[in-house]
Amino acid sequence: MKAAILSVENGDPLAALRGFLRRLLETRMVGMILVPKALPSGAGFVQTLIRDPAMLDDVHPVAPTMPVQSARILSGLTVGDPGERIGAVLKPCELRAAVELTKFLQVKLDHLVTIGVDCPGTYEVEDYARVAGEKGAGDSLWEGMVRGVKTGRLDGQEEEGIALRLACRICENPVPVNADITFGFFGHDPSREIEVIVGERVVGEFEERGIIGLSSEESSERGQVISQLKEERIRKRDEVFGRFRQQTTDLQALMSTFSTCVRCHNCMVACPICYCKECVFRTPTFEHQSNQFVRWADRKGGIQMPTDTLIFHLTRLAHMATSCIGCGLCDSACPSGLPVMTLFRTVAQGVQSLFDYLPGRDPEETPPVATFREDELQVETGAKD
Amino acid sequence: MSEFEPRIVAFLCHWCTYTGADLAGTTRQQYPPNIRIIHLMCSGAVDTIYVLKALIDGADGVLIGGCHPGDCHYQTGNYKARRRVAILKNILSQLGYDPERIWLRWISASEGKLFADTVTQMVEELKQKGPNPIKKMWAL
Repeated sequence: MKAAILSVENGDPLAALRGFLRRLLETRMVGMILVPKALPSGAGFVQTLIRDPAMLDDVHPVAPTMPVQSARILSGLTVGDPGERIGAVLKPCELRAAVELTKFLQVKLDHLVTIGVDCPGTYEVEDYARVAGEKGAGDSLWEGMVRGVKTGRLDGQEEEGIALRLACRICENPVPVNADITFGFFGHDPSREIEVIVGERVVGEFEERGIIGLSSEESSERGQVISQLKEERIRKRDEVFGRFRQQTTDLQALMSTFSTCVRCHNCMVACPICYCKECVFRTPTFEHQSNQFVRWADRKGGIQMPTDTLIFHLTRLAHMATSCIGCGLCDSACPSGLPVMTLFRTVAQGVQSLFDYLPGRDPEETPPVATFREDELQVETGAKD
Repeated sequence: MSEFEPRIVAFLCHWCTYTGADLAGTTRQQYPPNIRIIHLMCSGAVDTIYVLKALIDGADGVLIGGCHPGDCHYQTGNYKARRRVAILKNILSQLGYDPERIWLRWISASEGKLFADTVTQMVEELKQKGPNPIKKMWAL
């Protein structure tokens, strides 16, 4: 691993980042770049696959919204051979989701150069669009973020009528793990400089192509700001988890919280980890005979229709809590504003700690559901004496 | 009012526990009739959704029976079942639902008596616990 300082001119970090990405294309380090680009309407950003360097003009590598999880896009892009090496600019949670999907053979890292960014957090798509509609307000949000990364104070923008998504406010992983290239902002003043960290997998090629002079050690200031930010986020996370645990004393309480679920399954569609092409909830597995519903209603006096809220959420937990990376797009997708992310992250913490597993940490790790140890979980085995 | 009789849905693997249950029958082992058996090829074929479905639709307990470690006909199905069950029980206990309504047990084809004893014991313990609380919920 080696690092370099990318100097920023005219106080414009985006121009420096765009220049760097252009260099990756021009030196054929990558054939294409996947990166968020400003929508023509100005209302937000969208991941865009770019070949022509001229199209990099208004890309935003640290876009303050995340309309879709890029891991989903990478699945389509890399599961076959794209014929080009693709540089993918990813937020830390997108990178972790992509790493998790490689373990389920849905993403192939061979075809990618992952470009992770220190992530100040994201706004809800509709919040950003509303604020961006007011003249120049989108720019002022960005400027606030640029100022915030120096000290790691990022969450004080509620007073401007827009707050980071809850998932981001409690995210203890704001830094990319094992990216091939990392854009480091924390601890730096991005109006003057950005740290570029290059990982083992590509460092040789980087030097050969002379993309940037790599010499310096990683800055210690960045490390300090990151650990402070993590500490703060963990405190907030534990508050949110604690409140949820207190109010979820039994399944009845869970169902009260989720009583306004409209069973649109949007949380499942938005989730990067729910990758099954044929989800059990989209098959006739639990289509019942008409008279079955009548028998249930008869037994209980009446039943809520349709009948699948509890089994839907519990099954999704059982299927993917081990791999939940906490991006919170389930929250963003929910039309009823249910605390889906809070449910998943709280429960996932318990399940992941069973196996000392952190999803997205390392592509070489096997997900808990795909492996076992012979000498574990002895309490579950055998008949009782 | 008559005593509460729990209903148990049992997922039994073909090569061990199902055959063990068969042996319990042919050797005239007595055990309570509270169990409804679903015959599968392997405990590793039990997706947690079916365990949840049984409990949500009103079973008082779920028994999953597989081969002893090392004896799985498919090498490792029972180990995978063990992880899945551990994950499910962890999730349910975090959400305030008694995970001890789900039993995973290793019972071989030659252990007819162990099968009968296991069912007897499970029925006893479920009687202590009382009916599955989900049965009272109409909004699911």
